[in-house]
Amino acid sequence: MAKLKTTTDSNRKINGNTFLLIITIALFAIMYIAGMVIFADKGFAKPQMFLNLFISNAGLLVIAVGQTIVMITGGIDISVGSITALVCMVMANQMENHGMSAYAAIAVALVIGLAFGIVQGFLISYLEIQPFIVSLAGLFFGRGMTSMVSTEMISIKNETFLAWANAKIYLPFIGSYSKSGKFHPAYIYPTVIIALIIVAIIAVVMKYTKFGREVYAVGGNAQSALMMGLNVKRIKFKAYVLEGLLAGCGGFLFCLNSCAGFVEQAKGLEMDAISASVIGGTLLSGGVGTPFGTIFGVLIKGTITSLITTQGTLSSWWVRIVLSALLCFFIVLQAIFARMKKKNA
Amino acid sequence: MNKDSIKKITSMRLFLPIVCLVAVLLVNLITTPGFFKISINNGVLYGYIVDVVNRASELVILAVGMTLVTAASGGQDISVGAVMAVAAAVCCQILSGGEVSVTELAAPMGLAIIAAILASALCGAFNGFLVAKMNIQPMVATLILYTAGRGIGQLITAGQITYVRVDSYKVFGGYIGKIPVPTPIFLAIIVVIIVNLILKKTALGLYIESVGINGTASRLVGLNSTLIKFLTYVICGVLAGIAGIIASSRIYSADVNNIGLNLEMDAILAVALGGNVLGGGKFSLMGSVIGAYTIQALTTTLYAMNVKADQLPVYKAIVVVIIVTLQSPVFQSFIAKQRAKKAAAAVEGGK
Repeated sequence: MAKLKTTTDSNRKINGNTFLLIITIALFAIMYIAGMVIFADKGFAKPQMFLNLFISNAGLLVIAVGQTIVMITGGIDISVGSITALVCMVMANQMENHGMSAYAAIAVALVIGLAFGIVQGFLISYLEIQPFIVSLAGLFFGRGMTSMVSTEMISIKNETFLAWANAKIYLPFIGSYSKSGKFHPAYIYPTVIIALIIVAIIAVVMKYTKFGREVYAVGGNAQSALMMGLNVKRIKFKAYVLEGLLAGCGGFLFCLNSCAGFVEQAKGLEMDAISASVIGGTLLSGGVGTPFGTIFGVLIKGTITSLITTQGTLSSWWVRIVLSALLCFFIVLQAIFARMKKKNA
Repeated sequence: MNKDSIKKITSMRLFLPIVCLVAVLLVNLITTPGFFKISINNGVLYGYIVDVVNRASELVILAVGMTLVTAASGGQDISVGAVMAVAAAVCCQILSGGEVSVTELAAPMGLAIIAAILASALCGAFNGFLVAKMNIQPMVATLILYTAGRGIGQLITAGQITYVRVDSYKVFGGYIGKIPVPTPIFLAIIVVIIVNLILKKTALGLYIESVGINGTASRLVGLNSTLIKFLTYVICGVLAGIAGIIASSRIYSADVNNIGLNLEMDAILAVALGGNVLGGGKFSLMGSVIGAYTIQALTTTLYAMNVKADQLPVYKAIVVVIIVTLQSPVFQSFIAKQRAKKAAAAVEGGK
């Protein structure tokens, strides 16, 4: 603690928030290296394992970055898991039972996300209803609508869609040697590239555009933002619309990964997205957070999942429990930092 | 005059829930002719109404806890469904002694129930600590148990569905001896009466309201607002535990994945329908209780209209959004403005 204080004094840039992000990055590194050491024989040390973190969490990455934006405004959205399920189900249903082309299905996915964003954003920002209540209703609405489309699982067999889903992109020079000495190049799927591009765009938007600065201002202190002449309601509304769009987009990426739609899909994804944001340094009280940090939040979630699946004997329930515990830890840390800040001020 | 105005306020408070309940019942009167028929089959009361009141018991108990939490902290506990599952898992696991299915109790009933309620109180205390002591938004704090709770339940039951096929355990969800009325109805009424007595006979009800209206001011006048908030969460947890035991007794098993599923939404809906503001402050326990019965009547109605269980949340979500919109101050001031405009226009027209 004393050390922290001296750094705060000597360099104002390393404040509590940066410190939290450093903890997160260190935590990720420790977890991953520990995994590499413990599960070296199970292929944890291969570069492909690292890339798999991105492959299996591409959709979550986009959704979590959206979550980060609304959390910076001081809000929250717990409907993203349901939106994802609905997007996957509608895409699968349209392509398989109504002969829709894969391109049109993408548009449908984005429209669904956008519609959720607009309705929820309107209720939250203009009618000033608690974000939690609105998005809880959204959570149940989305899940219920999914079962209205179909209660059966629909597998996607659309050729164009499967071609996208299975297009491996091999990376040059990176790979591993199998036991027979054969070189297996490491690969990623297009979903990873799409996700990273979207995250990069959002990172730039949040850092360098007027909209991004406004979002931080509103989240930091809505009252002073209002006094500065910002249209707080419209900015919040825009943030939720953008988040909805990202959720739709993330749902599409998620669908590329699962190639199916079913009612129970993406259950608890909202928790993954929220914990990825919080672990990545987004403050629940708003005003602080970066897409960059959220990437690490998602990577930590991915690492926990792969550690537990590689271990093999632990039940998959442990992923949720460990993640919840981690979320709890970071929330408490944030609360402690907030209290210290208050005392100093 | 004074008496009249008091009467007006009380009637307004319970106005919304009673109107909703009557509306749902009226719809049933038209669509399902046999809705109000009560008959006695095998010495047991039988009929739609009995079913509604019986099935609503868990919800009533949850709604009571949710009302207190909402009033004190201005947020909701969304972990109640998961806490129900944890309590059911603890209770059944102790009764079965770790076996998957038993026909004889492995431990005394009292011990299992006390353990289950302790476990749920612990869950409530965890939520309460995060909300009251750490000042975390209630819904974020309870989100932790909302997702982890069922996982913890799975760990307790080792991933199986534990069956307790013992008649004495079926009592809580079934019937006591030859009494024709289902036990859960009694349990719900007892819980409501006890909580009501505690709130009325002690100052706790008043304290909860004042903490909910203004936490800082209550602290300045000497109330321990942290402790009061914490207590409401513990009470909410205990009540969720009782509801969990009833739910598991109905199916004489601990089906962790399905006990209390989506009930948190119903409980919040009951509180909102009961005319309570979800932002905290003044509350009406009776409103929530009527709200809970209304929702169960709505659920039964929808089932009678052949809506599938999976699809129910869609309708409930729409009802929630409508209610919170009607409650929202922005919407109310908008309506007031419109009315004022109309009145002004009428006055001008009169000139």
